[in-house]
Amino acid sequence: MTFTGWLQIGLILGLAALTARPLGFYMARVFSGESTLLSPVLAPIERGFYKLAGVAPEREQGWLAYTLAMLAFSAAGFVSLYAILRLQAFLPLNPQGFDGVPPDLAFNTAVSFLTNTNWQAYGGETTMSHFSQMAGLAVHNFLSAATGVALALAVTRAFARANAATLGNFWVDMTRATLYVLLPLSLVLALGFLASGVPQTLQGSVDTTTLEGARQTIALGPMASQEAIKQLGTNGGGFFNTNAAHPLENPNAFANILQIWSMLALSTALLVTFGVMVGDERQGWAFVQTVGILLVVGAGIVYWAESAGNPLLTTLGLDPAAGNMEGKEQRFGASMSALYAAVTTGLSCGAVNAMHDSLTPLGGLIPLFLIQLGEILPGGVGSGLYGLIVFAILSVFIAGLMVGRTPEFLGKKIESREIKLAMLAVLILPLAILGYSSVAAVLPSALASLANNGPHGLSEILYAYTSAAGNNGSAFAGLSANTPWYNVTTAIAMILGRFAYVVPVMAIAGAVAAKKKAQPSAGTFPTDGGLFVGLLIGVILIVGGLQYFPALALGPIVEHVLMLAGKTF
Amino acid sequence: MQYLRPAVVLLLLFTLLTGILYPLALTGVAALAFPWQAGGELIARNGKVVGSALIGQNFTDPRYFQPRPSATSTPDPNDASKTVDAPYNAANSSGSNLGPTSKALIDRVTAAVEEKRKAGWTGALPADALTTSASGLDPHISPENALLQAPSVAKARGVDAEKLRALILSHVDKPWLGVLGERRVNVLLLNLALDDLT
Repeated sequence: MTFTGWLQIGLILGLAALTARPLGFYMARVFSGESTLLSPVLAPIERGFYKLAGVAPEREQGWLAYTLAMLAFSAAGFVSLYAILRLQAFLPLNPQGFDGVPPDLAFNTAVSFLTNTNWQAYGGETTMSHFSQMAGLAVHNFLSAATGVALALAVTRAFARANAATLGNFWVDMTRATLYVLLPLSLVLALGFLASGVPQTLQGSVDTTTLEGARQTIALGPMASQEAIKQLGTNGGGFFNTNAAHPLENPNAFANILQIWSMLALSTALLVTFGVMVGDERQGWAFVQTVGILLVVGAGIVYWAESAGNPLLTTLGLDPAAGNMEGKEQRFGASMSALYAAVTTGLSCGAVNAMHDSLTPLGGLIPLFLIQLGEILPGGVGSGLYGLIVFAILSVFIAGLMVGRTPEFLGKKIESREIKLAMLAVLILPLAILGYSSVAAVLPSALASLANNGPHGLSEILYAYTSAAGNNGSAFAGLSANTPWYNVTTAIAMILGRFAYVVPVMAIAGAVAAKKKAQPSAGTFPTDGGLFVGLLIGVILIVGGLQYFPALALGPIVEHVLMLAGKTF
Repeated sequence: MQYLRPAVVLLLLFTLLTGILYPLALTGVAALAFPWQAGGELIARNGKVVGSALIGQNFTDPRYFQPRPSATSTPDPNDASKTVDAPYNAANSSGSNLGPTSKALIDRVTAAVEEKRKAGWTGALPADALTTSASGLDPHISPENALLQAPSVAKARGVDAEKLRALILSHVDKPWLGVLGERRVNVLLLNLALDDLT
């Protein structure tokens, strides 16, 4: 570890914290329906969209109608994306002449992009036509992120309003999130990526003759536009097989900083938006602090583990000064790779600039664990906010049990119905992760996909289902996941992680919105101070994380011990 | 049914806006404002495209500096269900995905270390020279790695090793703003300069 290494980590996280307030206030204006700087251009487009779609923007929906609209929109997206992938051979912009995507892979990929997971069982440059990338995958990078934002707003309004029957209009929230937030920011970011060297062309590939006279075919495509929304929407589905480790997707330090900032920007800013909209900005910052503390500790541990290098290779004569360089790029080194790994898993982004499968055991444990905590640090765009609110509800409940008072959060009484629904949501993740992992660990056809033996093999399986259920999308990519077993089961895990999680959360929102808002009294537990931040961190670690400890002990932890003992597999 | 029309219509409209208009408009802007970057930073020599400044290529000739090991592959021409090693295959990026306790990793590095020792490398070896990159297309090596290669390249070319050391040092890319990223040497650009030199 070096001082410059820590300085890099500090600078980038500081940048994201700096932009949280202006972006958070901007989004609060957008989603309160106020006019903004961009309204003169975008308002006519917005009105046109509503007219064509038959949406009455002023008519609000209750929690059930809001949820059904979201499900209908997702279903329509699934059907169209599945069709595009299957039929890509007959569609335009296919310069490489790729065949249609096979049914199980198309199913997996469609679910993956719809749920904001972007798990890649395919290699982009060897499977997807430009049309599939642009009009298929990238569209859902926008829309799944906008859907997440809409859901988070519905939950936010539940706490902002009193005695209310409605939570907003899904179509309006989703449309405004895309038009006013994602699209303009993507345009600016894409220009930044372009300037830094990310290509943007409709050409499929270019043939070159190397200095030694060999032929090298370099895959190209419309990358800058996709890179921008892939990061901003915490999607993470790369144009290339190796994602943001590929020098064309992430050519230098400048691009790398833009990447890390853009994954963090909206999820962090939405925490501020929440505070502003419920009338207590400090509440938003209490969330930012919670997330910040856990994320800095996580990034620090990965950096510590990676910069120590692999002792087995040090024994062979490698200089450990550069850290563990297997699966890392020279331009990023241990520090920027460690920060990227922690941020991409604390968020539900899943883009990678180093291969997580080749991380040291403890360096790989942290990304795995950060996803298992429920993708709330600060999580996916929107989904992170409502995930954190679920944990906040559980925290005030536990605090209430300790002192024997009815728990309250932001003036709303938290009663048994809300707690039952919150636990239902929180239990979905371990069910999908541990359930599927345990079956795959004994199924011969599933074990045939492993690239590594010993405890690292178990980590590969565990990471796959963790990533799928957490809607993250990064991978221990040695696992050959493009098999019918993994394509179908990870897709189901993704659906559970997104929809089976959010339906109970929306039911909580419906119940909370209808309650009256109590004024704080002397006995109220303040939820915007340091005590609450500490409690929330404890609940996240204990309720969210402890259940995975036995599985982690059999995977990365035992691998670390065996590595120190010099054992290989 | 009340949900069907907005779902389908908005999906279509946003597909047009974010899936067609947005990338095409950006492609247009890119062609005008950033033509070099937009096309992949291609380098031409004597009218022929010799590679991209961002993509590493495979060098085996002792007259050139060597890149990092690469784990990329290509489908086996005899059996499409298998793959064969194809270092720096820029049509199919891939890392080794070998874990830290993988025997395959240890065996591969052991063999590579022996080779370097035979070539006269002494002391602790730069890690990048013996490990595969994440993409398999890493265009860079560490300055230490390049400097260790200088004597053998100088011998193969019959030039003074000191001259090559100076060339390497003039090709070291420093971290951005002095802090961000790592020190590195672009192998293709270094080898092009080497060809110009001798």
